[in-house]
Amino acid sequence: MSETITISPVTRIEGHAKITIHLNDKGEVQDARFHVNEFRGFEKFCEGRMVWEMPGLTSRICGICPASHLVTSAKAGDDILAIGIPETAEKLRRMLTLAQWIQSHALSFFHLSSPDFLLGFEADPALRNIFGLLAHDKDFAVRGIRLRKFGQQVIEMLGGRRIHTPWAVAGGVREAFTREERDALLAWYPEVRETALLAIKTIKRVHEQYSKEIPSFGNFQSLFMGMVGPNGELEYYGGNLRVMDSAGNIIANNIDPREYRQDFGEASESWSYLKFPYYKPLGYPKGIYRVGPLARLNICDSITTPLAEQERRLFKKLAPSSEAVNNSFYFHYARLIEMLFAVEKLEELLHDPAIFGTQVRSKAEINRLEGIGACEAPRGTLFHHYWVDENGVLQKVNMLIATAQNNMAMNRTVRQIAMQFIDGPKVSEGILNRIEAGIRCFDPCLSCSTHAAGEMPLEVQLLGADGRVLDVKRR
Amino acid sequence: MAVKTLTINGEQYSAQEGESVLSVCRQNKIPIPTLCHLEGLSTVGACRLCLVQIEGIPKLLPACTTKVEEGMVITTSNQKLDKYRRMIVALLASEGNHVCAVCVANNHCELQDLAYEVGLVRVRYPYLFPKKSLDATHKEYVMDHNRCVLCTRCVRVCDEVEGAHVWDVAGRGIDCEIVTGLDYSWGSSQTCTECGKCVMVCPTGALFEKGVTVSEMEKKKDFLKYIITARQKREWVAFTNE
Repeated sequence: MSETITISPVTRIEGHAKITIHLNDKGEVQDARFHVNEFRGFEKFCEGRMVWEMPGLTSRICGICPASHLVTSAKAGDDILAIGIPETAEKLRRMLTLAQWIQSHALSFFHLSSPDFLLGFEADPALRNIFGLLAHDKDFAVRGIRLRKFGQQVIEMLGGRRIHTPWAVAGGVREAFTREERDALLAWYPEVRETALLAIKTIKRVHEQYSKEIPSFGNFQSLFMGMVGPNGELEYYGGNLRVMDSAGNIIANNIDPREYRQDFGEASESWSYLKFPYYKPLGYPKGIYRVGPLARLNICDSITTPLAEQERRLFKKLAPSSEAVNNSFYFHYARLIEMLFAVEKLEELLHDPAIFGTQVRSKAEINRLEGIGACEAPRGTLFHHYWVDENGVLQKVNMLIATAQNNMAMNRTVRQIAMQFIDGPKVSEGILNRIEAGIRCFDPCLSCSTHAAGEMPLEVQLLGADGRVLDVKRR
Repeated sequence: MAVKTLTINGEQYSAQEGESVLSVCRQNKIPIPTLCHLEGLSTVGACRLCLVQIEGIPKLLPACTTKVEEGMVITTSNQKLDKYRRMIVALLASEGNHVCAVCVANNHCELQDLAYEVGLVRVRYPYLFPKKSLDATHKEYVMDHNRCVLCTRCVRVCDEVEGAHVWDVAGRGIDCEIVTGLDYSWGSSQTCTECGKCVMVCPTGALFEKGVTVSEMEKKKDFLKYIITARQKREWVAFTNE
């Protein structure tokens, strides 16, 4: 008899979801799905608001990466005002974005994923969490918590508070940065750098420890997409888009993020509130692509900071030269390399005298009726697309969220792990946790990604006994 | 002018004839919450937050419109009055679309301050989530009806101080709304002088300057006392906090 195994809720991710695994008559895995069962409606209720309010409004989507939404929304606002922002404002926004990477990546690794690696996938679920980790290796856990705190501290110093700061605005930022604040942050640096390196050392040990399991942890071919800088370097704030195939070939380059709609479409499925973005030239579902740390490390030609660049070269060796790094497990390693990059880059910016400028906000009226902002959020490329009337009132909103862009890849990962580890109807807790861990590779943030519009596209098919489509109704 | 003596919360006070109960309380630092009232504008008694209990009168009366009388015995705060005030603020909250966290007037909002003052910890009435509009047609300012509490301060300041009477009230009951002229868009108003007085006296984020973001709309009301003093006493003195 066919059977469905449900994991609900999926734990240690940001948001609410469930996974269903469908078995056939023989008890073999036929399919597995990652369902996102929360619904937000941001795109709809932002309609009718002023464009200047959008950074503060959209940053409320999520408590983990509000800074990414804030900056992306402010950039969409810059586009609508059709103005350049002061140099200091851009550098400060860059610092905010890097701080966001540090705190979010530290959270993903130390708080959410490392309990699996250090305590074991089969460990008691009651202990397999940050508290269990504290009991197991207090120094490691505390260091992780403090690294995240450092990222939060930078955000607080820039924006006045750790979560949901409204500090970045269309035209720049609201307040300047001071030398005293800079000095306080630099004082943290020896510890911050050490912890970022410790995380990398730890993940390398995990690679050795789980060398047998890793090859089937979401190892499949897909495209990769992200931003790169003008020289192909790893970029996080503003750059052009690059698409790479699983063999490591660059198939599209230098795409202005403002043109994202030409290359990326969004499909919907009836069983999830999360949309399914795809690369248009290959169509849906063939145009599956991944974003986020794994994608960014794959597509970039270099990293501009020394320690992270050294690690990037080692990362590249994880796959033969004829391939990109296709295994989703290496999201963790890529994420930690990015965290190291963010630590190094932020230090570089803290020594830049331009960050102390006091001209931080350009003002203008509505000069365009459509604006797009894009930035590399911790989980991948984030787009905010606004349409306004001549008074600056939002008429339509589209947000393309990193986690949504990984949706197809997450489903494939779940299916692959389920097929690898489940044999027959009896499933151990450890195996279920491995499936969840597959999802955690992507560090999904579901509160952001299910911001979608009010009406779900609906298609009802009337099927005859022979499977023929007799009638189709669409809403 | 005759002096009246009265009792407020068990204490004896004296007041000028014709003075309001609210005025006596304010002078003697007896707290009474208000919303529609603003020193320098006429009194309308619309919000009912300043209701007080007066011995011998079966109903509650608003302190702002009630004149002092000899021998009056007034209670400004008790369980019943406090409960009614909380109910009024809760009804205001449930009737509009007030989302403090993302509002331009967050931390500078009199409705928010009132909620703290009356101890409103939860709203037990169902939120109506009315579909209200936002008028951004003016070059400098925006009117967001979602956050309007119909205190009519904007109507009064425009009429009584600026003399333009751009604003008025239209509709009845739940459909009641502040309108520009004969319900035109604000941007098309030929009487608006763009002075911004209405924006500054508005207690919430309903009227704000274009381009402000979350928490940035600070309302500076000091100008009102300066203008009124200059007009009435021909004295051009800067306003200082008393």
